[in-house]
Amino acid sequence: MRMELIQPFINAADAVFAESLQGPTRIGDLLMEEQAYHRKGVAALIVIKGDIEGRIILDLAPEVALKVSAVLTGGGVSDSEQVVRETVCELANMVIGNSVTLLNDQGYKFKVFPPEIHMNDEGLAGSRDTEAMVLAIETACGNIYLNIAMHHLTRRRRERDTVPLSS
Amino acid sequence: MSQFAALLRKDNQPVRYLVVDDSVFARKNIIKMVQLFGGEIAGEAGDGLTAIAEYGRTKPDVVLMDITMPQMEGIEAVERIVRQHPEARIVMVSSVGYQENILAALQKGAKHFVQKPVKPEVLYEILRYVLSDDPALAGAPAVLAGEHRS
Repeated sequence: MRMELIQPFINAADAVFAESLQGPTRIGDLLMEEQAYHRKGVAALIVIKGDIEGRIILDLAPEVALKVSAVLTGGGVSDSEQVVRETVCELANMVIGNSVTLLNDQGYKFKVFPPEIHMNDEGLAGSRDTEAMVLAIETACGNIYLNIAMHHLTRRRRERDTVPLSS
Repeated sequence: MSQFAALLRKDNQPVRYLVVDDSVFARKNIIKMVQLFGGEIAGEAGDGLTAIAEYGRTKPDVVLMDITMPQMEGIEAVERIVRQHPEARIVMVSSVGYQENILAALQKGAKHFVQKPVKPEVLYEILRYVLSDDPALAGAPAVLAGEHRS
């Protein structure tokens, strides 16, 4: 797995959490994981297809999601499952949106599918045949986990346009 | 006390906003900000189709429009609103900020773009800018009711 594909997600997540949660963040150790993913809490799964393909899982404990939601909305939200889902979904959308912007500016074209939320006893599509990068981002609200499995499918447009197909 | 001077119309009334986003959560966040700027919520919508109907019903001063939404996306909604109401002032609010998206929205008639997560100070400046070219709206706190720009 190439770091150039992973780094935009890490950068975007770090920037989004620092900005939206109005506090310092720290990126924890990065680990490579080859086994199927086990959720820590409520997870948003986002699939990407195009020049690069793979999936990103954003995962946080329900109590962390409630703290995040209180910061994002200025308080006044109920402790409901719906709020937890909405919080995880909104965070995922912001992280993915910002990452996509960075990757798109690098010349990659792809489609991003809306986040699927997994909580309670629902399953989560794993990464059986894909090596994934796992990291925790420490925020004032608690840890937010990212699990990223991404690979090139085709060369980016810029390279396709400049490199001849055959010599 | 808010750190932002109120953005008011020339008639000294609050600027009225239509907030469009499929996430209730995101709408709540934007509403909180525009209220901080002294604004009033004319309406809310969770998709482009509802936004078109709500625009016609509420005639807001400014629309804050998400891009990725079910049923009808924000850029198509902008095109249809501007076609029916050329005076519409629409600011796109999206986490996806790549150039193609921004250009498409501007070509369809959006006035500006702000990327999520939205910083209040950035949104404030964009709203000031967007409101400033409308003779009916003040757009800047220094311009009070009854004043005219040169």
